[in-house]
Amino acid sequence: MLKQIEGSRAVAEAIGLCRPEVICAYPITPQTHIVEGLSELVREGVIENCEYINVESEFAALSVAIGASAAGARSYTATSSQGLLFMAEAVYNAAGLGLPIVMTLGNRAIGAPINIWNDHSDSMAMRDSGWIQLHAENNQEALDLHILAFRLAEEVSCPVMVNVDGFILTHAYERVDLPRQEQVDAFLPPYEPVQVLDLADPVSIGAMVGPDAFAEVRYLAHYKQLMALERIPVLSADFREKFGRESGGLFHSYRCDDAEVVVIALGSVNGTIKDVIDEMRSGGYKIGSISITSFRPFPLVALREVLSRARKLVVVEKNLAVGLGGILSSNIRMALRGLVQPVHTVIAGLGGRPITMKSLAEVFHKAFKNELEDTHYLDLDWNAINRELDRSRAARRSGPIAENILRDLGGIEKRA
Amino acid sequence: MEEMPREQQVKFYQKGTYTVGNRLVNAKSRAVQSSITRNNSLTSGHRACQGCGEALGARYAIDAAMRACNNRVMAVNATGCLEVFTTPYPETSWQIPWLHSLFGNAAAVATGVAAATRVKGKPEIRIIAQGGDGGTTDIGFGCLSGMFERNDDVLYICYDNEGYMNTGVQRSSATPPTARTATTPAVGKEPGNVFGTGKNLPRIAMAHGIPYVATASVAALHDLEAKVTKAMSFRGARYIHIQVPCPLGWGSSPASTINVARLSVKCGLFPLFEAERGEVTSSVPIRNPIPVIDFLRTQRRFAHLMKGGEENERKIAKLQAIADENIRRYNLVRKEV
Repeated sequence: MLKQIEGSRAVAEAIGLCRPEVICAYPITPQTHIVEGLSELVREGVIENCEYINVESEFAALSVAIGASAAGARSYTATSSQGLLFMAEAVYNAAGLGLPIVMTLGNRAIGAPINIWNDHSDSMAMRDSGWIQLHAENNQEALDLHILAFRLAEEVSCPVMVNVDGFILTHAYERVDLPRQEQVDAFLPPYEPVQVLDLADPVSIGAMVGPDAFAEVRYLAHYKQLMALERIPVLSADFREKFGRESGGLFHSYRCDDAEVVVIALGSVNGTIKDVIDEMRSGGYKIGSISITSFRPFPLVALREVLSRARKLVVVEKNLAVGLGGILSSNIRMALRGLVQPVHTVIAGLGGRPITMKSLAEVFHKAFKNELEDTHYLDLDWNAINRELDRSRAARRSGPIAENILRDLGGIEKRA
Repeated sequence: MEEMPREQQVKFYQKGTYTVGNRLVNAKSRAVQSSITRNNSLTSGHRACQGCGEALGARYAIDAAMRACNNRVMAVNATGCLEVFTTPYPETSWQIPWLHSLFGNAAAVATGVAAATRVKGKPEIRIIAQGGDGGTTDIGFGCLSGMFERNDDVLYICYDNEGYMNTGVQRSSATPPTARTATTPAVGKEPGNVFGTGKNLPRIAMAHGIPYVATASVAALHDLEAKVTKAMSFRGARYIHIQVPCPLGWGSSPASTINVARLSVKCGLFPLFEAERGEVTSSVPIRNPIPVIDFLRTQRRFAHLMKGGEENERKIAKLQAIADENIRRYNLVRKEV
């Protein structure tokens, strides 16, 4: 059924269609509308046989989900940013225990400085935790990926984080096609755990493991991701067959066949990138793009095959690995190891900074002219940075950086 | 009672000690631990230290809960001694479904397990969360308070050995004043843990207005079992705080664990009481109270207090005042009627 609804509502309705049994909720912007929607659906009886638990922190939210999942219930929670970091210990734990929890991450920057807007610093901080990380390009895919996520999580017994760009998707009203309950039921069978707390067959879950077997357990977590790498295309094909549309997969390529320059990105910015590509294509530039859906597991081999055909790669990423550069571009370089194609990093959209078609087009044109730096910071205000650096050189007690910059830019009144 | 599998049957190697309870008394009054059909939920062969109070407390409590719930118990464990000594890979001492997640989240994980049993239509399965005092009064306090506040259907048991014993005896918010730990060494101006700190978790639990709160001691087996049994007769959040001496951390003889626990109760420092919905409903009277010094001198963690001098006298008097206040508050010393 076609509906014009907010992204968060679309996600909530998709979760409802997946027949969750335990939902743990704790508010944090920009994820909050999802759990609000779910509380409504549970209370109205639209979602049946479901425990909705208002917990006291994100750490508790995921911990409740861990307990519920280990006891055999299909479990879900959602968070963003600081919330993900606050539950970090449980994030690793859920993956280590191999519990197929699905969590939505309304992607948001991490403070300090505190910032509620979108970037991918949060999911990147947990990229090695053992969770499968999928990124939605638009609201339809956000909805679809959750249905895929439960199926995938339960098949390989591994938690899945569905990344939905905060505000840009969570708060955007778009047309989405909501599947019917029978369609979802035909795609997603009831949860059959591989391990479960059961009186008839008591097991100890979460035992201590020393050097004698820890490496094997960790390797098996890696192996699960490799399994997921094989299952994602298969499940996405099944999804296409049952729902009649393309969603998920390891990545989406756009006009890549003859492309000299290929742009790579995660999430919603791919929409803007495609528009820029269309414009440049009509100007004769051979440019295409890859929107990566599965960031973990990272499709090294499949990406290498596509990317090795291009002359140059430009990675647009909404994170900054301080002290290194870009995380996604490091991963892309890993996919291309031994090959000569340059991989440029474009750090963009941090803390919700708009990524405009104009700025992207400039950067892509520079790539064609061999003028693009190794690491480019999109639309960075170098004057503001230099003024702050001058201040810090001039006086030892130069004060809080964020406040200085705000004052400098006229956000707060200048000191007399 | 369902018949136990052969390998879980009990060997009465504790015969002749206080721990089993008197099997000569009538059947109804016997301790669960004295029964041939006790579950041995936490079975022998684990790696606890000699004289571990926590190992005793956990076995008493879980077996009693199993008896009370027709063997339908699942346990969630916080990280700590109990978790480490019962599940060293590739072994486990747990004969019941058991889940360990993290140090600070046992109460929340138990909430999740309880929710799952409800949604799966198995409300007869009862959930126990357990942890040491560090996992309860410190790092797990947020999750515990949340579980209480929501009145989730979980019995939380804290095995209180008054410090972080698993990591090598550091101070927790359950460490008593003056006690020597690795982070409150018996040196400097104020040796040992300082006065005026720490939290009283049973009272904090009561402040949540939950259905049932109790304190118990491994020295009072029948009382402990009765409290666990009673706790299982309630639905909603319940809390039992069991004092479990730690020979390593307390510097007491492994053979004297029960005795040290008994002295702690008899001097008034560890009052045994029950509360329902925030109100104290009963306490275990002390027949012949002893001075706190008789308890303190059984443990090397208080050895610095025994060196004499005015300052030490003053500190012992302050500890006595704490015991006296407990005796007053819980009406522990009663006139013969």
